[in-house]
Amino acid sequence: MSSTVNADRRTQLESLWEHDAIKIIAVISAIYIVYALIGLILGYSLDGIVNTLRRMTYLIAVYGMVTLALNLHWGYTGLFNIGVAGFMAIGLYVTMILAKPADPGGAAQYAGLGLPMPIAIIGGVVAAGLAGLVVALPALRLRADYFAITTIAFAEIVRLGVTSDALQQFTILGAELGTGGGRGLIRNYDDPMNVIFQLEIFSSFVDLTNSLFGFGPTQARALAYSIVLVIVLAGIYWLIQRTSRSPFGRVLKAIREDEEAAQSLGKDTNMFKIKVFVLGCALMGLAGILWRFRRTGVTPEAFRPHVTFYIWIALIIGGAGSNTGSILGSGLFVAVLFEGPQYLRRVIDQLVAIGDAPNTFAGAVAPLLSANPVPLVRYTFAEFLTLQFVIMGVALILLMQRRPDGLLGHREETAAAIPLGVRPSAAGGGSGGGGGSGSGGGFTHGQTRDQHDDSDQRTDGGIDADAADAQTDSLQSDISDSSDTNGTSKTSDTTAQSDDSATDGETL
Amino acid sequence: MSTVDDVVTRGRSLSTEQFLLIAVGIGVVLLVGDLVLGVLDGSYSISRIGRYVTEGVLYGLIMGLAGIGLSMTYSILNFANFAHGDTITAGAFIGWGGTYLIAGWGAASLGHLALVGPQRGVGGPQLGISITSTPVAIFAGLLLAGVGTALFAVLIDRLAYKPMRGAGGIPLLITSIGVAFALRYLITFVYSSQSRGTTASVPSADLLLVDGYVSLDAHDGTLIAAAVVLMLGVHLMLQRTKLGKAMRAMSDNKDLALVTGIPTERVIRWTWMIGGGLAGSAGYLMVLWTGTIDWQFGWLLLLLIFAAVILGGIGSIYGAIVGGLVIGISMHMSMIWLPGGDFTTITAFLMMILVLLIRPSGLFGGKTTA
Repeated sequence: MSSTVNADRRTQLESLWEHDAIKIIAVISAIYIVYALIGLILGYSLDGIVNTLRRMTYLIAVYGMVTLALNLHWGYTGLFNIGVAGFMAIGLYVTMILAKPADPGGAAQYAGLGLPMPIAIIGGVVAAGLAGLVVALPALRLRADYFAITTIAFAEIVRLGVTSDALQQFTILGAELGTGGGRGLIRNYDDPMNVIFQLEIFSSFVDLTNSLFGFGPTQARALAYSIVLVIVLAGIYWLIQRTSRSPFGRVLKAIREDEEAAQSLGKDTNMFKIKVFVLGCALMGLAGILWRFRRTGVTPEAFRPHVTFYIWIALIIGGAGSNTGSILGSGLFVAVLFEGPQYLRRVIDQLVAIGDAPNTFAGAVAPLLSANPVPLVRYTFAEFLTLQFVIMGVALILLMQRRPDGLLGHREETAAAIPLGVRPSAAGGGSGGGGGSGSGGGFTHGQTRDQHDDSDQRTDGGIDADAADAQTDSLQSDISDSSDTNGTSKTSDTTAQSDDSATDGETL
Repeated sequence: MSTVDDVVTRGRSLSTEQFLLIAVGIGVVLLVGDLVLGVLDGSYSISRIGRYVTEGVLYGLIMGLAGIGLSMTYSILNFANFAHGDTITAGAFIGWGGTYLIAGWGAASLGHLALVGPQRGVGGPQLGISITSTPVAIFAGLLLAGVGTALFAVLIDRLAYKPMRGAGGIPLLITSIGVAFALRYLITFVYSSQSRGTTASVPSADLLLVDGYVSLDAHDGTLIAAAVVLMLGVHLMLQRTKLGKAMRAMSDNKDLALVTGIPTERVIRWTWMIGGGLAGSAGYLMVLWTGTIDWQFGWLLLLLIFAAVILGGIGSIYGAIVGGLVIGISMHMSMIWLPGGDFTTITAFLMMILVLLIRPSGLFGGKTTA
């Protein structure tokens, strides 16, 4: 018995591993290889290539964090947030204001509160979360499209607010603070990564990178920073993965699919939505902070609605509802759409000599009349960075038309507590399946309310409901399942739990 | 048990709305009171308020005109079209290309004129473009903006939205964000990202208003006249023609319209044409009024237009017009209390959010296009 369970576990673990880690590793290594080749073509030295890869890692990590947070909103709960940039801005601005020294050195800079960095980061994250609460409390009652308009309006209010001269410098409770207006804030506090950089062990890291890639100390620091970001990304991934697999996460998915059904099962859906919105916004704030807190400064321009748009493309590429997809989506977005065109342009520039481009579109098109496409090609090449945004827009349109589910966004949520495809031959499999699918059938066939009042504690098994039925009504039972399999079936605890995790494996 | 719960939640949410309503009511009363007192004791001059109102009305007319199209696509096709702002920009460029060609024929190369002077060189002020000196070019440009954008909107529908006609409002909304992005940067690609002046100065009249002057110039007048004519045209079209009736039927109940034998696909095409045409005209008039054109003014206008449409109630063209005027006037009036002009847009967005919270169906209750 125990050996079969162990074997089962191993296959399950293997399939899980195949689902998530392999995909991420494969895609990211493909990106690395392609960019290493690009570096070779461009004639970069080893440190140049490694630096390119480091930059990719940095971007993927940051976009990945925000995409994961957005996945929590849209992918899991169906909250249509298009104000992502606003929450990131709040996180970063609050952190910078808190961390900037209270005694401004130069005449042109604004004072902060001079708090230590960890407290400033916590402050920024909390502020972003609170902003989420302020938006969520009233706005969650709205329809999805109105909610979207509200969130983007909020993000614009934030951006215009920090741009405004009126808030350039202000006083709260006797402390002089400022957002810097349109010119933004300059980072005049110590490098926030100094906690790590000043460690004894870091000097050996510098030496190591120096001997491996020929990195100088600055590059070594940047590399360490990117590694830290990847670790944070892994942490957020773990957090959201855990959240989405918990009973809490099941309720979120239920809200996404059918809020009224979730309500009828006794879930206070508003409370869930508020919690998850605040959590996601706090994570967006954290990502905003980590994105730019090491740079020399920040301007409101960094938080134009573009940022939100990028995150949405990444999410849709990966597939809403899948955390692994969110990371893959960010990787592909950064590699193909965000950085790709620029590197492609450099490579073409390296390989082919492209002459001077005409000044205007007219100058490029007019020679077409005499069948001369060269000026148009040159113009296109010169304006490639503009065209990059057109490509992004077209990519989004095509994705929505052809593949709205993205790479991994299959939303088939299996209700049964055991895999429906292959029945485990081990004892107890049959009865466990009966309990799980029964709860699904029981719900839709609308048995009396009394039986469902406490449905998250106990479900009565409608044994004759078949597996197909269960699959369609997956979610309803999914919310109420976690413990009920144990209650109704005669299986041992271990089997029920491993069954449960198998379901989750399919879910994602 | 759950019935009681239901009643309790309903009661609670009602009271939130009522609380908000009361708060907004108190705010409005305070502001109006302050305004009246300020006017009486002379701290706010009447002519200054007059100037704000005039500016607000002009701005509001543009938003109302552009908002009609947004409102129509929202109610008939059932999605919030985030590409509407960039359709406005596209229309302005198309129309002004025509105006430049007619007014400046021979003064510069054709390409330079058709692209609205993308690089340094001859521009609108040098060509002396204005309603008084080159009225034909202006009217032709306005017509071109309307017709050109109407066709352009149909083309976009064909390429982007038609393949996903059955999809819900949210996928279409996301697609429209992609369209907006592609369109905006396509405009930059073709017309360059330079911001440029388009008109020469025109004679203006200073109207005496108690303690000062409110000045109106010929372009302000053109804007008012053109906007009123276009709005009247849409009104007549919706009320008097069969197409209008079909549109109203579709926005009321799509399935019923389909059952009645209304050719929905044709109605959708006309919706895009009328909405796009009005957006293009609004963009053209906006550029005539402000005297400058750049690649993202439509996008920056979009959320304000949303504010106007939501305030008036989605689906109602009269709501869009009134909403535009209210938003326009409030934005400018806000400068009485929040000086510097930094907060006008914020005021409009906050008003929109408040309307969504208190009365999501808007002033005119949405629903009908009648």
